[in-house]
Amino acid sequence: MTATTTAPYPAASTRPLKRPPARLRAWATRAPLLPALVFMIAVTQLPFVATLVISFFDWNALYPKARRFTGLANYRQVLTDADLRHSVWTTVLLTVAVVLASLVLGLLLALLLDRRFRGRGVVRTLLIAPFLVVPVAAALLWKHVLYNPEYGLLNGLLHYVGGPQPDWISNTPLLAVEASLVWQWTPFMMLILLAGLQSRDREQIEAARVDGAGDWQIFRHLTLPHLRRYLELGALLGSIYIVQNFDAVFTITSGGLGTANLPYTVYQSFYQAHENGLASAAGVLVVIGSLVIATFALRVVSSLFREEAARS
Amino acid sequence: MTALRRHGLGLVAWLAGIVFFLPIAWMALTSFHSEQDAATNPPSFGAALTLDGYREFFGVGGGASPWPALINSAVASVVSTLFVLLLALPAAYALSIRPVRKWTDVLFFFLSTKMLPAVAGLLPIYLFAKHTGTLDDIWLLVVLYTAMNLPIAVWMMQSFLAEVPVAVIEAARVDGARLPTILARVVAPIALPGIAATALICFIFSWNELLFARVLTGVVAETAPVFLTGFITSQGLFLAKVCAASLVISLPVLAAGFAAQDKLVQGLSLGAVK
Repeated sequence: MTATTTAPYPAASTRPLKRPPARLRAWATRAPLLPALVFMIAVTQLPFVATLVISFFDWNALYPKARRFTGLANYRQVLTDADLRHSVWTTVLLTVAVVLASLVLGLLLALLLDRRFRGRGVVRTLLIAPFLVVPVAAALLWKHVLYNPEYGLLNGLLHYVGGPQPDWISNTPLLAVEASLVWQWTPFMMLILLAGLQSRDREQIEAARVDGAGDWQIFRHLTLPHLRRYLELGALLGSIYIVQNFDAVFTITSGGLGTANLPYTVYQSFYQAHENGLASAAGVLVVIGSLVIATFALRVVSSLFREEAARS
Repeated sequence: MTALRRHGLGLVAWLAGIVFFLPIAWMALTSFHSEQDAATNPPSFGAALTLDGYREFFGVGGGASPWPALINSAVASVVSTLFVLLLALPAAYALSIRPVRKWTDVLFFFLSTKMLPAVAGLLPIYLFAKHTGTLDDIWLLVVLYTAMNLPIAVWMMQSFLAEVPVAVIEAARVDGARLPTILARVVAPIALPGIAATALICFIFSWNELLFARVLTGVVAETAPVFLTGFITSQGLFLAKVCAASLVISLPVLAAGFAAQDKLVQGLSLGAVK
């Protein structure tokens, strides 16, 4: 393929070569895109269609002969089942708590790292590290090495100050899962917010300082409005990933003690209970929930995208 | 600002860094302790160091060897990353350097697929694998991981290729350079660091993935995270072994992540933040 044929240069028109028709050129431009597009749709979009279809069937994998169309019955069952409703609630609680906590912590850390101090690069590296531990390994670390009531590090440190020796996972199971996720996701938020802080207009801040604005005023009226987009982006991307979290719930509590979120419930209902129809209906509900978040996320990403494009 | 306050805040930053890193440091230290020293309260910080935990993990004294799982993970991550690059590079080219009409819409379509939860597509994929006999086959994971990372890679590479100035490409074209020359001499030098970072991030996501691997693999194609799920239920004194396993399996990700540190934000924010 020669890409030079479409360039409308005077030199091209003097060539005896005939220019390919416009439609052919359009397809030549599109061609590099097609393999990726077709592959994507085939592997990631078709399964959703299949899930949607299965969700209208009463289908237990152990009794495949008894499979039949039931319309919305699965949805009715999912929405009225106490366990499943609880798992919807758990998903919301888990996502909101982890996103908010890691966003606030990430903002504080980003503000600290935005200043110059000795060893800033080292501290940045130390702070990123939790995000770079394999999620299952991180969950194992928290479950066995930190939370263990008899010889975990948390109770070990409490021992020094004569504190109580709680059984963290049994006492506060959801909080235990959330804490491990906050530890992993704070670095993510910090990185995004740090990028936001560093894209501030330095001259504007200097001007404000010359005009006698204090640190708090600069933060409140210049930094925070500028960071709004980045906070939104962090919150939305974080939500997309944490709504789907499976590793931490599966590892730390195995979905027990009321910590089963929707992804875990979907996994369990078809992998252990073999209820294909119910699992699909729950899956469709997860998709609908994600679409709501995704609509906002896409809006934020596209506005940042346009800003970046306008700046460059 | 007073010097005291500046130093004070620097100290707070250091303290925060240490607190966040403490669990990892403790994991590393514990992995070099004997099982008896690993399970004490109060913790034994200065206990004698030993490689027993690593020996146990690698199955020297009997028990399952992690090598098949590590090799499976390496195959799934490396091969899927190569496929991702092969598919995403031309696509990113058609979305930046020689853009198709409505290229932003296409770009956002890629992104929107990433926002649908993978778990909702799991059952049909499982049924498909069962009927085609690809259950417990590492190549199924390669295909799935390629699709999983493709949107991220397209977005990242689009933003990296867009950094190549159009004027330079046009100039080369006027000088009579053909496409392969332009790609090799003009585009590659500018976009290569970004492409490398994209590859590292795709590698990380594939290496970390648990849900698909857990459902779709068994004894043959088991990956490293699935191997780790074997440690979910306690097995007596096994903390040093758990720590050694967690650390060894996280090492490739830590290495890739630190190597891609500068571009990590851009990748994780799907190219929206530079």
